[in-house]
Amino acid sequence: MVDSLVAAASVIGAAVAVGFAGIGPGIGQGNAAGQAVEGIARQPEAEGKIRGTLLLSFAFMEALTIYGLVVALSLLFANPFVG
Amino acid sequence: MYTFLLSKIEVGSHLYINFTETAHLHGETVGVSCLVVALITLFLFLGTRNLQRVPGTFQNVLEVVYDLIKGIAFTQLGPSYYSQFLPFVATIFLFVLGSNWAGALIPWKLIEIPEGELAAPTNDINTTGCLAIITSVTYFGAGFWFKGLGYFRRYVKPSVFLLPINIIEDFSKPLSLNFRLFGNIVADELTVSVLCSLVPILVPVPVMVLGLFASSIQALIFSTLAAAYLAEAIE
Repeated sequence: MVDSLVAAASVIGAAVAVGFAGIGPGIGQGNAAGQAVEGIARQPEAEGKIRGTLLLSFAFMEALTIYGLVVALSLLFANPFVG
Repeated sequence: MYTFLLSKIEVGSHLYINFTETAHLHGETVGVSCLVVALITLFLFLGTRNLQRVPGTFQNVLEVVYDLIKGIAFTQLGPSYYSQFLPFVATIFLFVLGSNWAGALIPWKLIEIPEGELAAPTNDINTTGCLAIITSVTYFGAGFWFKGLGYFRRYVKPSVFLLPINIIEDFSKPLSLNFRLFGNIVADELTVSVLCSLVPILVPVPVMVLGLFASSIQALIFSTLAAAYLAEAIE
């Protein structure tokens, strides 16, 4: 009984972790991409530089989601509260 | 360890090689990373064996790689320090890139092993943790080497109130390096496995290509951050 309760709570916790971790970086990446498009439209010759910086900052933002994903994975596959 | 199977996706099961009761190795991680190191060494050795003024294809590829890594080190560390830390940054970059691509490009699932499955070495949190700890030991050592005891002045730099935050930062840097790389690679492999279990043909291929791209970006990020932390410590 307790075990199934822990399992249910862990699954919900994992879903919440990934779901909420996705929100912030989503907004941030949208902002960054919009600004980058604006920059390219204003100054097309700087496209290569802007793209490189954009990809690098995307990876940093994605890392925030990934932290949530790591928490979710550890809840699902290496749960410290079971047994 | 408690693991369970969700549509044949295994996370956290390893091929254990036991030495004593408490000491053991993750066999598949050690094996694949040895293979990656051997392949990179072979590649570099063959490419630089007889250097020519007008490079052939192999040497051309290596010169592009060298320019890329030198660019990373140069932009972060500046002209006076970059050459001393170029080998470190290059080692990190090549190992991470090689491990990520080894997991994605070599069809490991064809080879059955008794427990766990062969995959990228960076799929195991111990590999990425080790890389992160090496990075933080290196920047600590480099700061100490270049500035002596004056290195510790950096902990009270803007003001004394920030001392706890500066100390926490020393622990959170390797932790975030570790989780960033590990999480990205595991997320890649999980996405591909889930898609493969849903639609095994043709659909996972774009995601695999995206994963290949993302894992090369991760190698770039890891080495850039390592160089940035070094620069912060010795500046």
